Amino acid sequence: MKLKFAKAMIVSAVAAATALTGALASAQEQFIPILSYRVGLYASGGSGFFGGAIDYFNLVNANGGINGVKISWEECETEYNATRGVECYERLKKKGGGASLVEPLGTGIAYGILDRLPTDKVPMTTLGYGRSDAANGQVFPYVFPLITSYWNQAAGMIKYLGDKEGGIEKLKGKKIVHLYHDSAYGKEPFPVLEAYEKSIGFQLIKIPVPHPGTEQNSQWLQIRQANPDYVILWGWGVMNAVAIKTAARVGFPREKMLGVWWAGSEEDTIPAGDAAKGYTTMTFNTPGNYPVIDEIRKKVYGAGKGNLSDKDRIGSVYHMRGVTAAMLWIEGIRNAQNKYGKGKVMTGEQIRWGLENINVDEKRQRELGALNMFPTIKTSCQDHEGSGAVKVQVWDGKAWKAVTPNWVTGDRAMVQKMVAESSAKYAAEKKITPACLPG
Amino acid sequence: MQFFFEVLIAGLLSGVMYALVALGFVLIFKASGVFNFAQGAMVFFAALTTVGLKEEFGLSLWLAIPITMVVMVLLGIATERIVLRPLVNQHDITLFMATIGLTFFLEGLAQLIWGSNVRRLDLGIQDVPIEFVMDKTGMLISQFDVIAAIICAILVAALAILFNKTKVGRALRAVADDHQAALSVGIPLQHVWAIVWAVAGFVALVAGLLWGSRNGVQFALTFVALKALPVLILGGFTSVPGAIVGGLIIGASEKLAEVYIGPYVGGGIEGWFPYVLALVFLLVRPEGLFGEKIIRRI
Amino acid sequence: MIYREAGQYKTTYDTDTQIFPIAQDRYAMLAILLIAFIVIPFVATPYIFSAILIPFLIFSLAALGLNILTGYAGQISLGTAAFMAVGAFASYNFMLRVPGMPILLAFILGGICAAMVGIAFGLPSLRIRGFYLAASTLATQFFVVWCLTKVPWFTNNSASGVITAQQIEILGFKFDSPQEKYLLVLGIVCVLALLAKNMVRSTVGRSWMAVRDMDVAAEVIGFRVMKTKLTAFAVSSFYCGIAGALFAYCYVGTVEPEAYNLDLSFRILFMVIIGGLGSILGSFFGAAFIVLLPIVLSMIVHVTGLPNSVTSNVELMVFGGLIIFFLIVEPHGLARLWQIGKEKLRLWPFPH
Repeated sequence: MKLKFAKAMIVSAVAAATALTGALASAQEQFIPILSYRVGLYASGGSGFFGGAIDYFNLVNANGGINGVKISWEECETEYNATRGVECYERLKKKGGGASLVEPLGTGIAYGILDRLPTDKVPMTTLGYGRSDAANGQVFPYVFPLITSYWNQAAGMIKYLGDKEGGIEKLKGKKIVHLYHDSAYGKEPFPVLEAYEKSIGFQLIKIPVPHPGTEQNSQWLQIRQANPDYVILWGWGVMNAVAIKTAARVGFPREKMLGVWWAGSEEDTIPAGDAAKGYTTMTFNTPGNYPVIDEIRKKVYGAGKGNLSDKDRIGSVYHMRGVTAAMLWIEGIRNAQNKYGKGKVMTGEQIRWGLENINVDEKRQRELGALNMFPTIKTSCQDHEGSGAVKVQVWDGKAWKAVTPNWVTGDRAMVQKMVAESSAKYAAEKKITPACLPG
Repeated sequence: MQFFFEVLIAGLLSGVMYALVALGFVLIFKASGVFNFAQGAMVFFAALTTVGLKEEFGLSLWLAIPITMVVMVLLGIATERIVLRPLVNQHDITLFMATIGLTFFLEGLAQLIWGSNVRRLDLGIQDVPIEFVMDKTGMLISQFDVIAAIICAILVAALAILFNKTKVGRALRAVADDHQAALSVGIPLQHVWAIVWAVAGFVALVAGLLWGSRNGVQFALTFVALKALPVLILGGFTSVPGAIVGGLIIGASEKLAEVYIGPYVGGGIEGWFPYVLALVFLLVRPEGLFGEKIIRRI
Repeated sequence: MIYREAGQYKTTYDTDTQIFPIAQDRYAMLAILLIAFIVIPFVATPYIFSAILIPFLIFSLAALGLNILTGYAGQISLGTAAFMAVGAFASYNFMLRVPGMPILLAFILGGICAAMVGIAFGLPSLRIRGFYLAASTLATQFFVVWCLTKVPWFTNNSASGVITAQQIEILGFKFDSPQEKYLLVLGIVCVLALLAKNMVRSTVGRSWMAVRDMDVAAEVIGFRVMKTKLTAFAVSSFYCGIAGALFAYCYVGTVEPEAYNLDLSFRILFMVIIGGLGSILGSFFGAAFIVLLPIVLSMIVHVTGLPNSVTSNVELMVFGGLIIFFLIVEPHGLARLWQIGKEKLRLWPFPH
């Protein structure tokens, strides 16, 4: 019995060793590690996002790669767990000629690898999460919170609510509840919301929901008692569906709820059923169909290479976010190739420069088949976000629809000032001298 | 004052939902002394299997539920055979650890079969305020919660009859009192354990359906176990009525605490308050409210 | 044949009470330490250091701490991660607020803070036992993390609610590369493990075991149960606190309070149970098992070429299945398997 087991161990060890040597990608390909999570609490979002990214890789490869350079990738399961994520990063960062960039799609993992990036010279994108102050590329040269950050989102929220009232100053005297996931994530927008509270003069009531948020009766009774004009839902995971359902139970109109983008996917509204009808959230993708999504349907899923097991999820919020992320990565790599040599495999350092000089205007979006799918982006050393614009979408019971035809931007100057202050504090703590890295 | 009652009633009704999950823990602990950590995973597995059968195979809900029931019974029997039987007479903590292993296995199995999508479960019960009560008193009380409470009451009554009035129940209680004595008077320990696990599977199914239709069927269902633990320590690990009473106390006091104390300390105290409350109770009664008195001899 | 102790006589009390009474064990231990301190730093890759060895050592230390409490003193705790968090955040604040604070002292002070929290939350153990205690230690877990999230002072008012570990510098020498960090962690772990080994062999350790085996009996023969249980909580939390600080400073770098969640507490409990309750060596085995198994599994399932949505779930199932399998094969943990192996080896090749 014991012997058999020992034998099994040896066999598996040998298998692992062959796996290590066998899986090395050829050096002629641009290698991108995929730190995905497909089990556990957040698997539904993870499978959509990373599925979208991989679908886009397949599309790029089907179209001949980036100036002939094919993309290769390898997945590693992180379980949304910082320790596993760090291990995955360390395992994959030197593979296939070196990792081009990473995107862990999880705050804990992002923080775990944050300090390792400059030494390893691997850029990291954090699409729609992570430190808002990382937008300052002088302090965080290797971090790219592309498109927009939590602070810009919070500013966008207030702007949108103000527009709804017919001008931001009309919010004066109104009551806004910030219902948040009781964690660092939920507290991230505090500085922005508090600044607006002071400058406009509305009343901000902050109500935390303890993790995981499967039960919110007391919070919503408090909300009903306060009778606010709007509720900002800064939730995550199961908390969102429960919030929507509990709102229905206490009879709070869903139209007056405004969710954060992590509360704005099919995964959040479908479990809430009819209760979710009319519920609005922020987003950085315009819901709808785009030529690039059709192309993915045809060339990737048509060839049987699709990553999603459920074809109905093509073009869903998380899938589209994955496609968007991959599109921006490829743009970064393409930029780098334009500067450092077309048709060559780029290093992490070169791609960092590429990501710092993304310029996707409407013309480029049209070429990519993604006109208006995400806001136009122009990154620079001072601004690793590149946009800061957001959109509002509404759930009509079956699908998400855009509410605001144009992109909404809050008080960017204020947010930029806060980014500068906060990143300066970080730089002082870490003894970093802020500076732009040379190309 | 009306608001106070509203919070109180909402709390009591939430407490019933907690008790529903706690019941499964109690059953297994009572009969086998195993602290079954996998109860949360069983709730998730049961709910996901029901919805999966319904959505993927197009079965009606009323067909999917009995099939899931059979699956849960088989799972219970398999657990007894494969996991518990080889571990008879081991240290408590070893058995506890084995159920954690089972948790991972079930979580992986459930998502392997049915995928990781979040699904919706509609039992046909509207989760809206009862208009009659709203008109009379102005209080909002959800229809769903009331029905859940009734289902829970029926379940408890049925379990009480099972334990106290049937032959199987006697055997269960005998095993709970003393494994070896029960074995020596000829009670088939293995069968009894298999039955208990099957019944716990059934309770998990009921809890899964109710929680699943409330929150959506998703991985977070495994977390309802965390809500059940303070109920369990407050009510006592070995008492079915204790689970209900504990649930009511925990539910009501955590809501009241969150609403009336929470704002002074920054809120979000629901996560730890029930545990601290249960701890305070335990300092007075170390075996919970209704747990069997622990007599310590040398 | 090789592992024979014939001819090794114990002629003094000192030789009788040493940690490794058998010469071969001493040489083996010496060899392991030499390899760990001198050979590995030269041969291992950065991946091995930062993804395997450093977390392995840190988790070993935390498991060691929990093992003192659970394995030696018999008190089950599900709040290990909370004590780790206290250690990390306390060390951070000492470094931040006391100018010129030596980092090792900050770690120790962090550990002492964790120990004090441990004593406070250990008080209920005087009345509550078994799983009742286990479930109520969850109060520690949730309360501490809540506190760290809620009070901005702990995170130095960081908007993101995270702390960034300061540069590690001891006597002017900076610990930056994975190698250097590995050596630092290894040094701390070795010292603390030696301390623990000696502690459990001394009066303190024996009183823990007496209380574990039957606290009423221990009380009757004159052990002060309260003092014993509370020292166990204090020492255990001290170890966990240091492990938590190392986790922040030498492993992840930037941490949010949620990093020390219930999940981490459970992982450490697994290590202790799988490794072997009441065994210092077992803590290391357990940590190795829990750190390496998922990595090995994910590499194995990777070669199967199945889609990731399948392999990830299979990985989880196999992980759960293997835990059950190991418990059935040897309920007393890997340390016991090791011990059995050693007994066999003593007789080999002539077992009769």
